[in-house]
Amino acid sequence: MIESKGISKVYPDGTEALREVSFDISEGESCSVIGPSGCGKTTLLFILSGILKPTSGKALIEGKEVVSPSKEVALILQDYGLFPWKTVYENVSLGLELRSKPLQGLRGRRVEPHTGKKERREIVSSLLQDLGLKGFENHYPKQLSGGMQQRIGFARALALNPRILLMDEPLSSLDALTRETLQNFLLNLWKNNGVTMVLVTHNIEEAVFLGRKIVVLSSRPGSVVKTIENHKVGDVNYRNTEDFFEKCRAVRRSIEGGAT
Amino acid sequence: MPSGEKEHRGWSYLIIGLLLVAIWHLFAVLLNSIALPTPIAVFYAFISGIKNDLLTHLFISAIRVGYGIALALSLAVPLGLVSYKNRTDKFVAPLIYLLYPFPHIVLLPLIILLFGIGDLSKIILITIIVFFQILVTTRDAARNLSTNYIYSLLSLGASEKDIYRHVIFPASLPKILTAMRISIGTAIAVLFFVESFATTKGLGYLIMDAWSRMDYPDLYAAIVAMALLGFCLYVVLEKVEHKVCAWVYA
Repeated sequence: MIESKGISKVYPDGTEALREVSFDISEGESCSVIGPSGCGKTTLLFILSGILKPTSGKALIEGKEVVSPSKEVALILQDYGLFPWKTVYENVSLGLELRSKPLQGLRGRRVEPHTGKKERREIVSSLLQDLGLKGFENHYPKQLSGGMQQRIGFARALALNPRILLMDEPLSSLDALTRETLQNFLLNLWKNNGVTMVLVTHNIEEAVFLGRKIVVLSSRPGSVVKTIENHKVGDVNYRNTEDFFEKCRAVRRSIEGGAT
Repeated sequence: MPSGEKEHRGWSYLIIGLLLVAIWHLFAVLLNSIALPTPIAVFYAFISGIKNDLLTHLFISAIRVGYGIALALSLAVPLGLVSYKNRTDKFVAPLIYLLYPFPHIVLLPLIILLFGIGDLSKIILITIIVFFQILVTTRDAARNLSTNYIYSLLSLGASEKDIYRHVIFPASLPKILTAMRISIGTAIAVLFFVESFATTKGLGYLIMDAWSRMDYPDLYAAIVAMALLGFCLYVVLEKVEHKVCAWVYA
């Protein structure tokens, strides 16, 4: 369960990014957050993932306030957030490597489980296999296509076996076909793994295709205009149905309403 | 890069090298002055220099430059990298602003006063000058880094130390190595300056000594040795760069 309780964020330069944003997402749910560009969607994700602190209000996961990045949560950033100086293998195994040593500063608590080098290798290899990246372990990200780079991003997040997946416009720089393939991939991931998904996007079709709950934010400072339930999500053919188009129109109306 | 192209580039280096020697030869013949001997005369002087003590002087100069660059690097890189944080940059930025534009070479009298006329003074002056060149570049590289990389790493559970190890250092490394390649030229220029007086060792001394004796082939032999020193350092650094920054060239 993810709760956003009256989250507001004002940056030190005075930019007000979010104002009183409240919503909640139950366990195993998928939620799309949509809104015009610059409405603070990314800021919201950073707060939920514990990288930024809200100015007021709080983010809760399983009832506990989020104060630092948690092991349960994986974040996938716009433009992949991959490290160009690391190979595919190094990028994917990085999270495991960082988490495998006892984290200091976290109230002296040792973070388990301890993944050894061999175990890491197995996890990464099988993930790369699943995502069709086998054979590219020693390539650098820039040698691969946008779709493959994004799959590396997914692989890196999934290697941590997170219960919550936060994504910031993960598919926005891909061509339409690759985009649909990866949308289907995310849909299946959500259906099969029981992971809670939060997808920030500015693409209405994507928000409707992947979010059982759609949170519509207003333009800056972002605040919740409307929360739309979207229970038909779960089938790859949903995007061809009349219900889908109707839902898209509803979302578009809310965005236009909130933008004025 | 296709191997055919690499081969082709090897040829182009040879052709340009020969062309430069040819131009030198042409000038020497046209000028017909003892101040510009032909490449062949210099080559013979270089060979006889090697039989004499040219290599000892070359070695001493190499040590001075090597220490200077290594020392500058080990001071400037950490300081530049930690300036990615505003808290540190608050101090580093003014330091650069106030001290970088100042011609450090004029500090020579003070350095000799403090550290004597031995190798230490020479190394320190090279260090100071190269230090600023590397510091400016490293700081800029660290500060212009996209914060997305840092956020991305933090979300994976990174600590402060991990940020340096996995993001700031590797991301800045290509710029650091470029700064080093550029600073080789400066380091050797400073080397010549500091070796041109109050010493009887090093290539700078050889050049000044041959000049005062009006022994031009010897003078140019020492210049060639100095050029070779710079060339070798440059080649080594480029090889290192291709090795440790393979991702840039991939």
